[in-house]
Order: sequence, then structure tokens, then C-alpha cells
Amino acid sequence: MSFSVPSVAARIAADICGPVADDVDREGRLPKESLDALRAEGMLAVMVPASHGGPGASVAEVAAAVTELATACSSTAMIYAMHQIQVACLVRHERTPYLDAYLRRVVAEQPLLASATTELGVGGDIRTSLCSLEYDGDRFTLDKQAPVISYGEAADAVLATARRNPDSPPSDQCLVLCERPGLTLEARGAWDALGFRGTASLGFRLAASGPVDAVSPEDFGDILARTMLPVSHILWASVWLGMARAAIGKARSFVQAGARNAPESSPPAIRLAEAAGQLESLTALVSASIARFEALGDDEPGPGELVHFNSLKVIASGAVIDLVGRAMTICGMAGYRHDSPYSLGRLLRDAHGAAVMVNNDRIIANTASQVLLQRERR
Amino acid sequence: MDEQIRQVLADFGRLEADVATIPDNADLYQLGLTSHASVNLMLGLEDAFDIEFPERLLRKSTFTSIASIRAALSDVLPTAASSPQS
Repeated sequence: MSFSVPSVAARIAADICGPVADDVDREGRLPKESLDALRAEGMLAVMVPASHGGPGASVAEVAAAVTELATACSSTAMIYAMHQIQVACLVRHERTPYLDAYLRRVVAEQPLLASATTELGVGGDIRTSLCSLEYDGDRFTLDKQAPVISYGEAADAVLATARRNPDSPPSDQCLVLCERPGLTLEARGAWDALGFRGTASLGFRLAASGPVDAVSPEDFGDILARTMLPVSHILWASVWLGMARAAIGKARSFVQAGARNAPESSPPAIRLAEAAGQLESLTALVSASIARFEALGDDEPGPGELVHFNSLKVIASGAVIDLVGRAMTICGMAGYRHDSPYSLGRLLRDAHGAAVMVNNDRIIANTASQVLLQRERR
Repeated sequence: MDEQIRQVLADFGRLEADVATIPDNADLYQLGLTSHASVNLMLGLEDAFDIEFPERLLRKSTFTSIASIRAALSDVLPTAASSPQS
């Protein structure tokens, strides 16, 4: 490693993301300044291994970078996390010669990668596709109605799921790299939501064509279980950890300021201590999940791992709501007002996205089937 | 054993294809086996063969084909017969 990924992220967070975060939120616009800065620093390619010209950053380093960004701007951190999830899927799975060459282009061109795994008509089940790849000689075409492609407008390429062949059942899915200019995204509706307003998570009609070599040879179910699901949940939880850290940081500053003014009476310090404990617990959970992912290596995850990574998402998304709420209780009116240095409104709204934007009930239902598979260790 | 595997697959796999004619090495996931159905398939196999799969075999790859299921069962059956359940 020639540079520290989390330190670069911390610098960009402080210099670029923080100053524009309120404007991004107010206007509901993409954090263009932050994305430009990440690209300019080579941060979009950090997970590409040395064999392909990249610095080969680990999931642990990227997770720490995501947390740094989230302390300043939740939307920037979420976009960066989602991009890295796509890169991880390319890095960790079997590649065609075309996809292998693309990985080198990620280093040279720093493209922003988005994801189109959901589809209208499947009820949010990403293990089901209606759309199918169609083939004409050595080219594929795809036409997909995506209810959400976060930051689709800014994306240079999209990794989309589809049935592998026109006669494949809905569960026989593959992942295909759809690149501009062969990719067109026709926006459906607008993104005016409570939180994560900078992610521009619009619906799109995705139309793409490209070489058949842009289709990953691996089954999407394997890519999901081995990489997309654990890395998504680790990096999302890292976003929420950064948000929680920002909220508790404000609460700490508030209590410290109060203690300086009236040292003999600062009751919120007790609440701050409790919140600090909860924040430690969330920090430990994220670290444990990263360690578990790294210990798994290239092994196929079993029910124990899937229960763990699913529970990470559910627990961490609840914890961020709890922690921002605790910070609000500690800061009182100073947290409630928009015109205060302790204002928590944006974090409070963003925090609720954690449980809603990827629905916890679906994840708990998936965990339930894995719990049925778990065995006593003997 | 094969007949019994195919019966459990027919009962729990929810495949559109005729289970009797599925080749041994055909990819069941490509034939439409969902992750939810694979859980029921696994539980059905445990019931039919009166065994318990160890956690190391509870992987997506174990249930990829009739051949891989047979291999997993062969792995478990002698052990189950020779050692008492704990």
C-alpha cells in the first residue's frame, strides 16, 4: 500500500464532503464534489489487486474509509460503499478475459459502478429475475425495469442481474456488466425522500448491449452468497457506524460544552456514557464481521456465516436509529434545531433509511431459513 | 438411493422439469431450484434417510445436482451408522 485508504477518506470527508453535505441534503442532489475528489485520489479503484495494477486494499480498509466518509456525509459514504461492493464482486469471482481487462480499466479510468439487482414485479426478491439476456452472435442485449438504481445518472457502468437465457427459470441468474455507451438509463420518477437524499435512488428502465464476454460466468447466487451479501452488509454497517459516531460526537461536544459552563451539574454525561457503550458495541460488531469475512477467505459460506452477516445488517440498522435518538435526547433543543452546531436532523432522517431502503423483514425471513439449517457444533 | 433422492427432490424441489428424467449431473439451480426450496430439500433428505447433515455439508454446492447430493449422503451415512448420535 502506497497510501492509507482510511486517511485519504478522512481528509476528503473533512475538506470536501462535510462542507457540502447540508447542500446535498437540502437540494437532494448527488454529492458531485465528493465523488470527483474520490476519483481524483484514485479511491474508486483501491480494491483492485496488485496483479491488475491496483493497491489491493482489504475490505477492512475500505470499511474504515466508508466510516470516515459517513461521519461527514451519509450519501457520499453510501455511494462509495455501493461502488466498492460492485468492485468486490468483480475482484473476487471468476472473470472472462473481457471482465479481467475491465478490472485494469477500473484503475486507469476510475469508473463509478452502480447496481441493478432489483426488478419491478419480483417484490424485492433479488434472487428472482424476470428479464433475460438475449443473444445475437457475440453480443448480448438486456432490457430491465429497475425500481431503483442508486446514483444511476452518475454511474459509468451498472452491474445488473438477469436470467442467463431466455428459457432459464427465474432463479437461474447471472451478473452482467453494462457499460456506457452501450448502456442507457431512462429515469422513472424522481428521488425526493426523507434521507440519503444525495444518493439519487431513482427508478430506471435499463437498456444495454455489449459483448457476451461482459457476462460473468458464475452463478449469481454464488456471487451473492460469497461476496455481495457479506460485503454489502459490512460496508452498509460501516456507513451506519460513521453516522452513529457523528451523532455521538455531537452529543459529546454538547455535554463537554455544558460541563465547561456548569461543571457541578451536567446530568447528560450519564446518558452520554450509556450511548458511548452502545457505540462501542456497534463498533465491535462491525469489526467482528470483517474478521469473520476475512477468515472465510474463498470458502463457501455456511448457514452460520449467513445468519451472522444477515443479523449484522438488521442489528446495525437498528443501532444507528437508536444512537442518533440517544444523541437527540442528550442535545435536546440544540439537536432538534436546524440552526445549531449540534443539529441532528439530517442524521436522524438518514438513520431511518438504514432499516427501510433494504427492508429488514426480508433479511430476517432469509435468516429464518438459515437458522433452520444450523446445527450444534460437535 | 437414487430413487429415494429423486422422490425427495420431486416432493420438495418445486422444479418444473420431470425429476425422473433429470440427468445426474444437471445443475438443479439452473433448473429452477430456489434457495428456499433447497432448505426444504435438505430437511426432506434428512427425514427420508434418517440422518443429520453436518454443518460443513450445508452449502449451496452440496445440493447442486443429484450426483452431489448422493456424494454428500454417502459421506454421512456410514458415519451415522457407526457412531451414536450425540
